[in-house]
Amino acid sequence: MKHEAIEKNIGLMIPLIIVAISFGALVEIVPLFFQKSVNEPIKGLKPYSALRLEGRDIYVKEGCYTCHSQMIRPFRWETERYGHYSVAGEFIYDHPFQWGSKRTGPDLARVGERYSDDWHRAHLYNPRDVVPESNMPGFPWLFENKIDGDKTARKMEAMRTLGAPYTDEDIANAKQAVDGKTEIDALVAYLQGLGTLLKQKR
Amino acid sequence: MTSFWSGWIILLTAFTIAATTWLLFANRYSTSKEGDTTGHVYDGIEEYDNPLPAWWLWLFVLSIVFGVGYLIFYGLGNYPGLFGWTQTKQYEAEMAEADAKYSPVYERYAAMTIEEVAEDQQAMRMAGRLFNSNCAQCHGSDAKGNRGYPNLTDSDWLWGGEPEQIKTTLVNGRQAAMPGWEAVLKETGVHEVSEYVLKMSGQEHDAAMATAGEKHYQTYCLACHGPEGKGNPMMGAPNLTDDVWLYGGTRMRIRETLIKGRNGQMPAQQDTLSAEKIHLLAAYVYNLAQ
Repeated sequence: MKHEAIEKNIGLMIPLIIVAISFGALVEIVPLFFQKSVNEPIKGLKPYSALRLEGRDIYVKEGCYTCHSQMIRPFRWETERYGHYSVAGEFIYDHPFQWGSKRTGPDLARVGERYSDDWHRAHLYNPRDVVPESNMPGFPWLFENKIDGDKTARKMEAMRTLGAPYTDEDIANAKQAVDGKTEIDALVAYLQGLGTLLKQKR
Repeated sequence: MTSFWSGWIILLTAFTIAATTWLLFANRYSTSKEGDTTGHVYDGIEEYDNPLPAWWLWLFVLSIVFGVGYLIFYGLGNYPGLFGWTQTKQYEAEMAEADAKYSPVYERYAAMTIEEVAEDQQAMRMAGRLFNSNCAQCHGSDAKGNRGYPNLTDSDWLWGGEPEQIKTTLVNGRQAAMPGWEAVLKETGVHEVSEYVLKMSGQEHDAAMATAGEKHYQTYCLACHGPEGKGNPMMGAPNLTDDVWLYGGTRMRIRETLIKGRNGQMPAQQDTLSAEKIHLLAAYVYNLAQ
Protein backbone atom coordinates (compact mmCIF):
# COMPACT_ATOMS: atom_id res chain seq x y z
CA MET A 1 0.00 0.00 0.00
CA LYS A 2 1.28 3.44 -0.82
CA HIS A 3 1.94 5.59 2.22
CA GLU A 4 0.15 8.40 0.48
CA ALA A 5 -3.10 6.44 0.56
CA ILE A 6 -2.95 6.33 4.37
CA GLU A 7 -1.80 9.92 4.77
CA LYS A 8 -4.66 11.26 2.74
CA ASN A 9 -7.39 9.09 4.23
CA ILE A 10 -7.96 9.94 7.90
CA GLY A 11 -10.68 7.28 8.17
CA LEU A 12 -8.04 4.66 7.40
CA MET A 13 -5.26 6.31 9.37
CA ILE A 14 -7.14 6.33 12.69
CA PRO A 15 -7.81 2.56 12.82
CA LEU A 16 -4.27 1.81 11.68
CA ILE A 17 -2.82 4.04 14.42
CA ILE A 18 -5.02 2.26 16.96
CA VAL A 19 -3.78 -1.10 15.72
CA ALA A 20 -0.16 0.09 15.87
CA ILE A 21 -0.33 1.41 19.42
CA SER A 22 -2.49 -1.43 20.77
CA PHE A 23 0.37 -3.92 20.70
CA GLY A 24 1.81 -2.51 23.90
CA ALA A 25 -1.49 -2.99 25.71
CA LEU A 26 -1.99 -6.45 24.22
CA VAL A 27 1.38 -7.56 25.58
CA GLU A 28 1.56 -5.66 28.87
CA ILE A 29 -2.04 -5.43 30.07
CA VAL A 30 -4.25 -8.11 28.50
CA PRO A 31 -2.34 -11.12 29.96
CA LEU A 32 -2.78 -9.61 33.45
CA PHE A 33 -6.56 -10.00 33.15
CA PHE A 34 -5.99 -13.75 33.29
CA GLN A 35 -3.29 -14.01 35.98
CA LYS A 36 -4.23 -15.53 39.33
CA SER A 37 -1.81 -13.24 41.13
CA VAL A 38 -3.84 -10.18 40.20
CA ASN A 39 -7.31 -11.75 40.00
CA GLU A 40 -7.61 -13.67 43.22
CA PRO A 41 -8.03 -12.11 46.65
CA ILE A 42 -5.31 -12.93 49.15
CA LYS A 43 -6.21 -15.34 51.94
CA GLY A 44 -8.68 -13.86 54.38
CA LEU A 45 -9.63 -10.83 52.27
CA LYS A 46 -13.25 -9.82 52.71
CA PRO A 47 -15.22 -7.13 50.94
CA TYR A 48 -15.63 -3.91 52.93
CA SER A 49 -18.30 -4.00 55.61
CA ALA A 50 -21.09 -1.44 55.23
CA LEU A 51 -19.44 0.96 57.66
CA ARG A 52 -16.00 0.60 56.12
CA LEU A 53 -17.41 1.05 52.63
CA GLU A 54 -18.93 4.35 53.75
CA GLY A 55 -15.62 5.24 55.39
CA ARG A 56 -13.88 4.56 52.13
CA ASP A 57 -16.20 6.98 50.36
CA ILE A 58 -15.31 9.63 52.94
CA TYR A 59 -11.64 8.94 52.31
CA VAL A 60 -12.30 9.66 48.64
CA LYS A 61 -14.61 12.61 49.31
CA GLU A 62 -12.13 14.38 51.55
CA GLY A 63 -9.36 13.83 49.01
CA CYS A 64 -7.10 11.84 51.32
CA TYR A 65 -5.59 10.17 48.24
CA THR A 66 -4.13 13.47 47.08
CA CYS A 67 -1.57 13.33 49.90
CA HIS A 68 -1.57 9.68 50.98
CA SER A 69 -0.71 6.69 48.83
CA GLN A 70 -1.82 3.13 49.58
CA MET A 71 0.93 1.29 47.78
CA ILE A 72 4.09 0.02 49.43
CA ARG A 73 6.73 -0.69 46.83
CA PRO A 74 9.10 -3.65 47.16
CA PHE A 75 12.09 -1.72 48.43
CA ARG A 76 13.72 -2.18 51.79
CA TRP A 77 13.42 1.49 52.71
CA GLU A 78 9.66 1.23 52.20
CA THR A 79 9.03 -2.09 53.90
CA GLU A 80 11.16 -1.06 56.91
CA ARG A 81 8.82 1.83 57.49
CA TYR A 82 5.45 0.56 56.35
CA GLY A 83 5.56 -3.25 56.44
CA HIS A 84 5.13 -5.93 53.78
CA TYR A 85 5.01 -4.56 50.23
CA SER A 86 1.58 -4.31 48.65
CA VAL A 87 0.34 -7.14 46.44
CA ALA A 88 -2.38 -7.02 43.79
CA GLY A 89 -4.61 -9.52 45.60
CA GLU A 90 -5.17 -7.04 48.43
CA PHE A 91 -7.05 -4.62 46.18
CA ILE A 92 -9.54 -7.00 44.54
CA TYR A 93 -12.55 -5.32 46.18
CA ASP A 94 -11.28 -1.76 45.71
CA HIS A 95 -13.33 0.06 43.09
CA PRO A 96 -11.56 2.28 42.33
CA PHE A 97 -8.28 1.51 44.06
CA GLN A 98 -6.73 4.22 46.24
CA TRP A 99 -3.09 3.62 45.37
CA GLY A 100 -2.57 7.33 44.88
CA SER A 101 0.48 8.83 43.27
CA LYS A 102 1.81 11.30 45.78
CA ARG A 103 3.06 11.10 49.35
CA THR A 104 2.82 14.41 51.09
CA GLY A 105 1.82 12.35 54.11
CA PRO A 106 2.91 8.78 54.79
CA ASP A 107 1.66 5.74 52.93
CA LEU A 108 -1.51 4.30 54.49
CA ALA A 109 -1.60 0.85 52.90
CA ARG A 110 -0.87 -0.80 56.29
CA VAL A 111 -2.05 1.84 58.73
CA GLY A 112 -4.71 -0.54 60.10
CA GLU A 113 -4.28 -1.46 63.80
CA ARG A 114 -1.12 0.60 63.98
CA TYR A 115 -2.66 3.30 66.16
CA SER A 116 -5.60 3.24 68.53
CA ASP A 117 -9.05 4.43 67.45
CA ASP A 118 -8.71 7.30 69.90
CA TRP A 119 -5.50 8.37 68.23
CA HIS A 120 -7.16 8.47 64.80
CA ARG A 121 -10.03 10.53 66.14
CA ALA A 122 -7.75 13.00 67.87
CA HIS A 123 -5.49 13.13 64.84
CA LEU A 124 -8.30 13.68 62.34
CA TYR A 125 -9.90 16.36 64.52
CA ASN A 126 -6.69 18.33 64.63
CA PRO A 127 -3.48 16.52 63.65
CA ARG A 128 -1.32 18.93 65.66
CA ASP A 129 -3.01 17.82 68.87
CA VAL A 130 -1.04 14.60 68.64
CA VAL A 131 1.72 15.31 66.13
CA PRO A 132 2.90 18.89 66.63
CA GLU A 133 5.07 18.79 63.48
CA SER A 134 2.18 17.72 61.20
CA ASN A 135 1.00 19.85 58.28
CA MET A 136 -2.12 17.78 57.64
CA PRO A 137 -5.41 19.69 57.73
CA GLY A 138 -7.98 18.94 60.44
CA PHE A 139 -11.36 17.43 59.58
CA PRO A 140 -13.60 18.52 62.48
CA TRP A 141 -16.83 18.33 60.48
CA LEU A 142 -16.50 14.53 60.24
CA PHE A 143 -17.49 14.41 63.92
CA GLU A 144 -20.83 16.08 63.24
CA ASN A 145 -21.87 14.69 59.87
CA LYS A 146 -23.97 11.57 60.04
CA ILE A 147 -23.76 8.80 57.47
CA ASP A 148 -26.69 8.75 55.10
CA GLY A 149 -27.65 5.09 55.40
CA ASP A 150 -30.22 5.28 52.59
CA LYS A 151 -27.51 4.94 49.99
CA THR A 152 -25.36 2.31 51.69
CA ALA A 153 -27.30 -0.68 50.36
CA ARG A 154 -27.20 0.70 46.82
CA LYS A 155 -23.45 1.24 47.08
CA MET A 156 -23.03 -2.36 48.17
CA GLU A 157 -25.19 -3.55 45.28
CA ALA A 158 -23.01 -1.58 42.89
CA MET A 159 -19.92 -3.18 44.43
CA ARG A 160 -21.55 -6.59 44.03
CA THR A 161 -21.97 -6.05 40.31
CA LEU A 162 -18.24 -5.29 40.27
CA GLY A 163 -17.45 -8.59 41.95
CA ALA A 164 -17.56 -8.05 45.71
CA PRO A 165 -19.26 -11.16 47.16
CA TYR A 166 -21.85 -9.48 49.39
CA THR A 167 -24.74 -11.68 50.47
CA ASP A 168 -28.34 -10.44 50.29
CA GLU A 169 -28.24 -10.40 54.08
CA ASP A 170 -25.21 -8.06 54.09
CA ILE A 171 -27.09 -5.67 51.85
CA ALA A 172 -30.33 -5.93 53.80
CA ASN A 173 -28.47 -5.08 57.02
CA ALA A 174 -26.48 -2.25 55.47
CA LYS A 175 -28.69 0.61 56.64
CA GLN A 176 -28.81 -0.75 60.14
CA ALA A 177 -25.03 -1.20 60.26
CA VAL A 178 -24.36 2.49 59.61
CA ASP A 179 -27.39 3.82 61.47
CA GLY A 180 -26.48 6.74 63.72
CA LYS A 181 -22.79 6.51 62.87
CA THR A 182 -20.86 9.66 62.18
CA GLU A 183 -18.46 10.08 59.30
CA ILE A 184 -15.50 9.83 61.68
CA ASP A 185 -16.72 6.42 62.90
CA ALA A 186 -16.81 5.19 59.31
CA LEU A 187 -13.47 6.67 58.32
CA VAL A 188 -11.68 5.28 61.39
CA ALA A 189 -13.25 1.85 60.76
CA TYR A 190 -11.97 2.01 57.19
CA LEU A 191 -8.46 3.06 58.20
CA GLN A 192 -8.21 0.45 60.95
CA GLY A 193 -8.80 -2.33 58.43
CA LEU A 194 -6.21 -1.25 55.89
CA GLY A 195 -3.57 -3.81 55.04
CA THR A 196 -3.88 -5.89 58.18
CA LEU A 197 -3.81 -9.26 56.40
CA LEU A 198 -0.16 -9.34 55.40
CA LYS A 199 2.07 -9.24 58.42
CA GLN A 200 5.79 -8.84 58.21
CA LYS A 201 8.07 -7.99 61.06
CA ARG A 202 10.29 -5.06 60.39
CA MET B 1 1.81 -17.63 33.91
CA THR B 2 0.32 -20.29 31.62
CA SER B 3 2.30 -21.22 28.53
CA PHE B 4 -0.48 -19.77 26.38
CA TRP B 5 -0.02 -16.28 27.78
CA SER B 6 3.73 -16.66 27.82
CA GLY B 7 3.56 -17.60 24.12
CA TRP B 8 1.17 -14.73 23.46
CA ILE B 9 3.61 -12.26 24.97
CA ILE B 10 6.66 -13.71 23.22
CA LEU B 11 5.01 -13.97 19.80
CA LEU B 12 3.49 -10.49 19.89
CA THR B 13 6.73 -8.97 21.08
CA ALA B 14 8.74 -10.78 18.40
CA PHE B 15 6.20 -9.75 15.78
CA THR B 16 6.34 -6.12 16.89
CA ILE B 17 10.13 -6.07 16.73
CA ALA B 18 10.15 -7.73 13.30
CA ALA B 19 7.44 -5.42 11.97
CA THR B 20 9.25 -2.33 13.24
CA THR B 21 12.49 -3.47 11.62
CA TRP B 22 10.72 -4.20 8.34
CA LEU B 23 9.01 -0.81 8.41
CA LEU B 24 12.30 0.93 9.04
CA PHE B 25 14.07 -0.69 6.10
CA ALA B 26 11.03 -0.69 3.81
CA ASN B 27 11.04 3.09 4.07
CA ARG B 28 14.79 3.22 3.57
CA TYR B 29 14.67 2.61 -0.16
CA SER B 30 12.55 4.46 -2.60
CA THR B 31 12.46 4.65 -6.34
CA SER B 32 12.96 8.37 -6.35
CA LYS B 33 16.19 9.97 -7.45
CA GLU B 34 18.24 12.65 -5.70
CA GLY B 35 16.38 15.93 -5.97
CA ASP B 36 12.93 14.40 -6.51
CA THR B 37 10.12 15.84 -4.44
CA THR B 38 7.18 14.13 -2.79
CA GLY B 39 4.85 16.29 -4.83
CA HIS B 40 3.59 18.07 -1.70
CA VAL B 41 3.40 21.81 -2.22
CA TYR B 42 2.34 24.20 0.50
CA ASP B 43 2.38 27.90 -0.34
CA GLY B 44 5.06 27.20 -2.92
CA ILE B 45 7.22 25.20 -0.48
CA GLU B 46 8.11 21.75 -1.79
CA GLU B 47 9.26 18.62 0.09
CA TYR B 48 12.25 16.50 -1.02
CA ASP B 49 11.66 12.75 -1.16
CA ASN B 50 14.92 11.78 0.57
CA PRO B 51 15.54 8.65 2.68
CA LEU B 52 16.29 8.93 6.40
CA PRO B 53 19.78 10.26 7.15
CA ALA B 54 22.12 7.37 7.99
CA TRP B 55 22.83 8.49 11.59
CA TRP B 56 19.13 8.58 12.27
CA LEU B 57 18.58 5.17 10.75
CA TRP B 58 21.38 3.73 12.88
CA LEU B 59 19.87 5.19 16.02
CA PHE B 60 16.73 3.22 15.22
CA VAL B 61 18.77 0.10 14.55
CA LEU B 62 20.63 0.55 17.84
CA SER B 63 17.35 0.90 19.72
CA ILE B 64 16.10 -2.35 18.22
CA VAL B 65 19.35 -4.14 19.10
CA PHE B 66 19.18 -2.73 22.64
CA GLY B 67 15.56 -3.90 22.95
CA VAL B 68 16.39 -7.44 21.83
CA GLY B 69 19.41 -7.53 24.16
CA TYR B 70 17.27 -6.33 27.06
CA LEU B 71 14.78 -9.14 26.50
CA ILE B 72 17.59 -11.72 26.31
CA PHE B 73 19.09 -10.59 29.61
CA TYR B 74 15.94 -9.70 31.57
CA GLY B 75 13.49 -12.23 30.16
CA LEU B 76 10.19 -12.32 28.33
CA GLY B 77 7.03 -14.25 29.18
CA ASN B 78 8.11 -17.35 31.05
CA TYR B 79 11.67 -17.12 29.74
CA PRO B 80 13.60 -15.87 32.79
CA GLY B 81 16.43 -14.19 30.90
CA LEU B 82 20.15 -14.67 31.37
CA PHE B 83 20.20 -12.53 34.55
CA GLY B 84 17.16 -14.33 35.98
CA TRP B 85 16.08 -10.95 37.37
CA THR B 86 12.75 -10.49 39.11
CA GLN B 87 11.41 -7.69 41.27
CA THR B 88 10.99 -10.09 44.19
CA LYS B 89 14.53 -11.44 43.87
CA GLN B 90 15.93 -7.93 43.83
CA TYR B 91 13.97 -7.10 46.97
CA GLU B 92 15.07 -10.29 48.70
CA ALA B 93 18.71 -9.64 47.82
CA GLU B 94 18.37 -6.13 49.24
CA MET B 95 16.89 -7.54 52.45
CA ALA B 96 19.53 -10.28 52.74
CA GLU B 97 22.30 -7.74 52.31
CA ALA B 98 20.86 -5.50 55.02
CA ASP B 99 20.29 -8.51 57.24
CA ALA B 100 23.93 -9.60 56.94
CA LYS B 101 25.03 -6.08 57.80
CA TYR B 102 22.70 -5.30 60.70
CA SER B 103 21.70 -8.58 62.30
CA PRO B 104 25.07 -9.06 64.10
CA VAL B 105 24.52 -5.63 65.68
CA TYR B 106 20.98 -6.47 66.74
CA GLU B 107 22.06 -9.90 68.00
CA ARG B 108 24.77 -8.37 70.13
CA TYR B 109 22.23 -6.11 71.82
CA ALA B 110 19.64 -8.88 72.10
CA ALA B 111 22.14 -10.86 74.19
CA MET B 112 22.54 -7.95 76.62
CA THR B 113 20.06 -7.02 79.35
CA ILE B 114 17.79 -4.02 78.83
CA GLU B 115 19.71 -2.07 81.47
CA GLU B 116 23.00 -2.76 79.68
CA VAL B 117 21.59 -1.79 76.29
CA ALA B 118 20.28 1.44 77.82
CA GLU B 119 23.89 2.37 78.68
CA ASP B 120 25.12 1.82 75.12
CA GLN B 121 25.44 5.02 73.09
CA GLN B 122 25.17 3.39 69.67
CA ALA B 123 22.18 1.31 70.71
CA MET B 124 20.41 4.42 71.97
CA ARG B 125 21.07 6.26 68.70
CA MET B 126 19.62 3.32 66.74
CA ALA B 127 16.66 3.06 69.08
CA GLY B 128 16.07 6.81 68.83
CA ARG B 129 15.46 6.42 65.10
CA LEU B 130 13.18 3.45 65.68
CA PHE B 131 11.28 5.51 68.24
CA ASN B 132 10.81 8.36 65.80
CA SER B 133 9.48 6.03 63.09
CA ASN B 134 7.23 3.92 65.26
CA CYS B 135 6.38 5.62 68.54
CA ALA B 136 6.59 9.39 68.08
CA GLN B 137 3.18 9.60 66.39
CA CYS B 138 1.50 9.12 69.79
CA HIS B 139 4.19 9.74 72.40
CA GLY B 140 5.69 12.71 70.57
CA SER B 141 9.12 13.18 69.06
CA ASP B 142 10.29 14.39 72.48
CA ALA B 143 8.64 11.32 74.11
CA LYS B 144 6.78 13.65 76.46
CA GLY B 145 3.43 12.29 75.40
CA ASN B 146 0.20 14.10 74.91
CA ARG B 147 -3.30 14.12 76.32
CA GLY B 148 -4.20 10.43 76.43
CA TYR B 149 -0.66 9.33 75.53
CA PRO B 150 1.70 8.91 78.46
CA ASN B 151 4.84 10.94 78.97
CA LEU B 152 7.70 8.45 78.82
CA THR B 153 10.36 10.75 80.22
CA ASP B 154 9.07 10.99 83.78
CA SER B 155 9.24 8.34 86.47
CA ASP B 156 5.49 7.82 86.62
CA TRP B 157 4.28 4.57 85.05
CA LEU B 158 0.81 3.25 84.33
CA TRP B 159 1.84 -0.33 83.58
CA GLY B 160 5.13 -0.45 85.45
CA GLY B 161 8.53 0.95 84.65
CA GLU B 162 10.72 -2.08 85.24
CA PRO B 163 12.60 -3.15 82.08
CA GLU B 164 10.57 -6.34 81.67
CA GLN B 165 7.28 -4.52 82.26
CA ILE B 166 8.15 -1.99 79.56
CA LYS B 167 9.01 -4.80 77.20
CA THR B 168 5.71 -6.55 77.93
CA THR B 169 3.88 -3.32 77.17
CA LEU B 170 5.64 -3.08 73.82
CA VAL B 171 5.22 -6.73 72.87
CA ASN B 172 1.58 -7.30 73.82
CA GLY B 173 0.25 -3.79 73.88
CA ARG B 174 -2.03 -2.54 76.64
CA GLN B 175 -5.73 -1.91 76.82
CA ALA B 176 -6.96 0.29 79.62
CA ALA B 177 -10.63 -0.07 80.55
CA MET B 178 -12.13 2.61 82.71
CA PRO B 179 -15.91 2.50 82.26
CA GLY B 180 -18.06 5.60 82.23
CA TRP B 181 -19.83 6.14 85.56
CA GLU B 182 -22.56 8.57 84.69
CA ALA B 183 -25.29 5.91 84.65
CA VAL B 184 -24.30 4.66 88.11
CA LEU B 185 -23.28 7.84 89.89
CA LYS B 186 -25.65 10.29 88.20
CA GLU B 187 -24.61 13.90 87.82
CA THR B 188 -24.28 14.65 91.55
CA GLY B 189 -22.28 11.51 92.14
CA VAL B 190 -19.90 12.42 89.32
CA HIS B 191 -19.43 15.88 90.82
CA GLU B 192 -18.83 14.47 94.29
CA VAL B 193 -16.28 11.90 93.12
CA SER B 194 -14.47 14.52 91.06
CA GLU B 195 -14.15 16.69 94.19
CA TYR B 196 -12.71 13.71 96.06
CA VAL B 197 -10.20 13.07 93.26
CA LEU B 198 -9.21 16.75 93.42
CA LYS B 199 -8.74 16.33 97.19
CA MET B 200 -6.58 13.22 96.77
CA SER B 201 -4.34 15.03 94.32
CA GLY B 202 -3.98 17.95 96.71
CA GLN B 203 -5.96 20.48 94.67
CA GLU B 204 -8.53 23.05 95.72
CA HIS B 205 -11.87 21.28 96.29
CA ASP B 206 -15.27 21.40 98.01
CA ALA B 207 -14.74 19.53 101.29
CA ALA B 208 -18.38 18.48 101.84
CA MET B 209 -18.75 17.10 98.33
CA ALA B 210 -15.40 15.35 98.60
CA THR B 211 -16.56 13.53 101.73
CA ALA B 212 -19.66 12.37 99.89
CA GLY B 213 -17.51 11.42 96.94
CA GLU B 214 -15.22 9.31 99.12
CA LYS B 215 -18.10 6.93 99.82
CA HIS B 216 -18.70 6.42 96.10
CA TYR B 217 -14.98 6.04 95.61
CA GLN B 218 -14.71 3.30 98.22
CA THR B 219 -17.59 1.47 96.53
CA TYR B 220 -16.77 1.78 92.85
CA CYS B 221 -13.26 3.04 92.29
CA LEU B 222 -11.00 1.31 94.79
CA ALA B 223 -11.01 -2.01 92.93
CA CYS B 224 -8.70 -0.51 90.33
CA HIS B 225 -7.31 2.68 91.82
CA GLY B 226 -6.76 1.21 95.29
CA PRO B 227 -8.07 2.36 98.69
CA GLU B 228 -5.63 5.27 98.80
CA GLY B 229 -5.87 6.15 95.10
CA LYS B 230 -2.33 5.04 94.41
CA GLY B 231 -3.35 3.16 91.27
CA ASN B 232 -2.51 -0.34 90.13
CA PRO B 233 0.02 -1.15 87.40
CA MET B 234 -1.62 -4.56 86.86
CA MET B 235 -4.60 -2.78 85.32
CA GLY B 236 -2.88 0.38 84.20
CA ALA B 237 -4.99 2.29 86.71
CA PRO B 238 -3.32 5.66 87.28
CA ASN B 239 -2.18 7.00 90.62
CA LEU B 240 -4.70 9.73 91.50
CA THR B 241 -2.72 11.29 94.32
CA ASP B 242 0.10 12.86 92.28
CA ASP B 243 0.03 15.71 89.79
CA VAL B 244 0.60 13.55 86.68
CA TRP B 245 -2.54 13.37 84.56
CA LEU B 246 -3.10 11.38 81.42
CA TYR B 247 -6.37 13.05 80.47
CA GLY B 248 -6.02 16.29 82.42
CA GLY B 249 -6.39 17.01 86.13
CA THR B 250 -8.70 19.98 86.09
CA ARG B 251 -12.21 19.70 87.54
CA MET B 252 -13.78 19.61 84.08
CA ARG B 253 -11.36 17.01 82.74
CA ILE B 254 -11.84 14.74 85.74
CA ARG B 255 -15.60 14.96 85.31
CA GLU B 256 -15.25 14.19 81.61
CA THR B 257 -13.19 11.10 82.48
CA LEU B 258 -15.77 9.97 85.03
CA ILE B 259 -18.66 10.46 82.62
CA LYS B 260 -17.18 8.99 79.46
CA GLY B 261 -14.69 6.51 80.83
CA ARG B 262 -11.26 6.09 79.28
CA ASN B 263 -10.01 3.27 77.12
CA GLY B 264 -6.47 4.11 76.24
CA GLN B 265 -4.85 1.61 73.96
CA MET B 266 -1.22 0.86 73.32
CA PRO B 267 -1.06 -1.25 70.12
CA ALA B 268 0.89 -4.52 70.35
CA GLN B 269 4.14 -4.40 68.43
CA GLN B 270 4.97 -8.10 68.29
CA ASP B 271 3.50 -8.62 64.83
CA THR B 272 5.05 -5.44 63.51
CA LEU B 273 8.54 -5.14 64.90
CA SER B 274 11.17 -7.85 65.30
CA ALA B 275 12.00 -9.00 68.83
CA GLU B 276 15.46 -7.41 68.53
CA LYS B 277 14.00 -4.01 67.71
CA ILE B 278 11.48 -4.26 70.54
CA HIS B 279 14.39 -5.05 72.87
CA LEU B 280 16.19 -1.90 71.74
CA LEU B 281 13.05 0.21 72.08
CA ALA B 282 12.36 -1.14 75.58
CA ALA B 283 15.88 -0.09 76.54
CA TYR B 284 15.31 3.33 74.95
CA VAL B 285 12.09 3.92 76.88
CA TYR B 286 13.72 2.65 80.05
CA ASN B 287 16.61 5.03 79.48
CA LEU B 288 14.30 8.02 78.86
CA ALA B 289 13.03 7.89 82.40
CA GLN B 290 16.43 7.42 84.07
